[in-house]
Amino acid sequence: MQLATNILVLASIYALICCGYVLIYRVSRVLSLAHGELMMLGAYGLYATASLFSGHPLVAIGTSLALAAAVGVAVYLALMWRMTGESVLAAVLATIALGILLRGAMILVFGTQTQHPLRELGWQNASLAIGAARISAVGLVLVLSTALVYGGLFAFLRLSRWGIRMRAAGQHPLLAAQRGIGLHGIYALAWGLATLTGGLAGMLIASDAGLESTLVVIGLKAFPAALVGGLDSLVGALLGSLIIASAEVLLIHYVDPLLSEVVPFVVLLVMLIVRPWGLLGSREELDRV
Amino acid sequence: MSGYYRTNYLEDVALLDTRAQKAWFALFIVLLLAVPFAVGPLWLDLANQILLGSIGAVALMLLTGFAGQISLGHAGLLAAGAFTTGILFKELAAPFWVTLPASAAVGAALGLVFGLPSLRLRGLYLAVSTLALHFIVIHAGAEYETKRGYSTGILVDSPLTDARHWYFALLAASTLTILFSLNLLRSRTGRAWRAIHGREAVAEALGISVQRAKLSAFVISSALTAVAGCLFAYFRGFVSVEAFSLYLTIQYVAMIIVGGMGSILGAVLGTIFVVLFPHAIDALMAASGLGERLSSVVFAVNYAAFGLVMIFFLVLEPQGLVGIWRRVRDWFLLWPFKQR
Repeated sequence: MQLATNILVLASIYALICCGYVLIYRVSRVLSLAHGELMMLGAYGLYATASLFSGHPLVAIGTSLALAAAVGVAVYLALMWRMTGESVLAAVLATIALGILLRGAMILVFGTQTQHPLRELGWQNASLAIGAARISAVGLVLVLSTALVYGGLFAFLRLSRWGIRMRAAGQHPLLAAQRGIGLHGIYALAWGLATLTGGLAGMLIASDAGLESTLVVIGLKAFPAALVGGLDSLVGALLGSLIIASAEVLLIHYVDPLLSEVVPFVVLLVMLIVRPWGLLGSREELDRV
Repeated sequence: MSGYYRTNYLEDVALLDTRAQKAWFALFIVLLLAVPFAVGPLWLDLANQILLGSIGAVALMLLTGFAGQISLGHAGLLAAGAFTTGILFKELAAPFWVTLPASAAVGAALGLVFGLPSLRLRGLYLAVSTLALHFIVIHAGAEYETKRGYSTGILVDSPLTDARHWYFALLAASTLTILFSLNLLRSRTGRAWRAIHGREAVAEALGISVQRAKLSAFVISSALTAVAGCLFAYFRGFVSVEAFSLYLTIQYVAMIIVGGMGSILGAVLGTIFVVLFPHAIDALMAASGLGERLSSVVFAVNYAAFGLVMIFFLVLEPQGLVGIWRRVRDWFLLWPFKQR
């Protein structure tokens, strides 16, 4: 039971991070390897607003979420729009370079010690009992907000005008542009949404386990989940997160804790050899040999 | 360029064709040989680092710049070479002439493994699979360290201790690597690599076995990289997984980006840039008086500045340092006429 709860929490973490990878890839065919750093920036945003608006935790959370989305749009407008139409390698490397830049800048601004945004907000991370298992309050919030984010994204992409435009841009940029859809606006929106969800994930993980540089590693470990599920499928991301999280938790529990670093990548490699487009990814989109 | 014509294929593929080029090259060699006697210990160490780095950078350039296969597993391959050397040294007390070919063999075998996904995957997916392999190799290295009780790292005794001896050894290794690469690139294999870089379907139609070309690119590049890893182990006298983080891969990729894709000269220029860059930042910080205030976070300044420089080259100068060099050279060649 405890094991199942652990798997559920880890899968929600991965799923919440993954939807950033999936959104950006699905809309603009760019894999953002700066996602871990953007998550961390979101968490630092919460830390900064929490000390700024001390006593008003909801205001702080709202502001930090808005900041995270603004950062995503800013990243697109400042850097990534120049990479539209460049080679795959150039775009990926640009995100890697952005990641290093952000990592250095965050250490310069916030220092290297572990921070606790939750304490700044004046809240406690209680441990709740559900049946035979225990789950931290933040863990519960994490699971719930993952469900909420995915529900919201599905509704947004299916029903709203902008969501349909985003899907069109992802399907065929040229035709979408000829129908009068402004691609730069759509891409900027995708980056904003991705950074918003990533920032949310960063804030929640930092509230649970403290804000330190391991957050970037978690971000990097989540992207095998996105690939296993299929890089352009949100349902696939949920499924992939569940697979990676179960493999990781079970192997740590029954075999060796040291394996946690490497398990997601082994699963990823097996998947890439057997079924490179992922479980639910669209096959024809993949640039195959 | 007036009055000089290439009249046969041999002249067309010659590495040095005019008499002036040969003279300049001879002067360059003499200068290179004089370096260890002319500079202080700090600069000699930097020169050694550049020579060592250039082997790995040229290897990556062969794979990415010429054959067009993206790899983010370079640090993993360097680690494989270094760990092969360290393990053979510790377990069997193997001498240098055993560990070097052994490292190359392990590198070649790993190159085959790294290359197998490339037969089915392209672009992004290939980058991701090599990244996954990086983590697996590093995990295996860390596992060895903890299981055998070398949790802080493996000490390797070097046959060379003097920095000057190292300079000449590394100069020889680097020169051999570059000569080997240049010769490879003007042979059938190199032409096949360029063809699959251009377009795989056309290469196939020209009678090139795409699979063989890809695998040979991975195997040769990985073997060279592992040799660089072996030399790295002896040069540092110390092997530990911490040295082979993802940041090392990013540095090597930055070398070929900053230097300029598809050019051996670019790989060397990029190595010089990346090795000297942190020292330039240090000097700049000391000169601006920020040195003491930022001394505890020097690495963070380096990270940030490195990211900025990579972005600068990716966005504004995709041809890299080689592109700048060619533009300057052409400007002088055609002076006083404007170059288009």
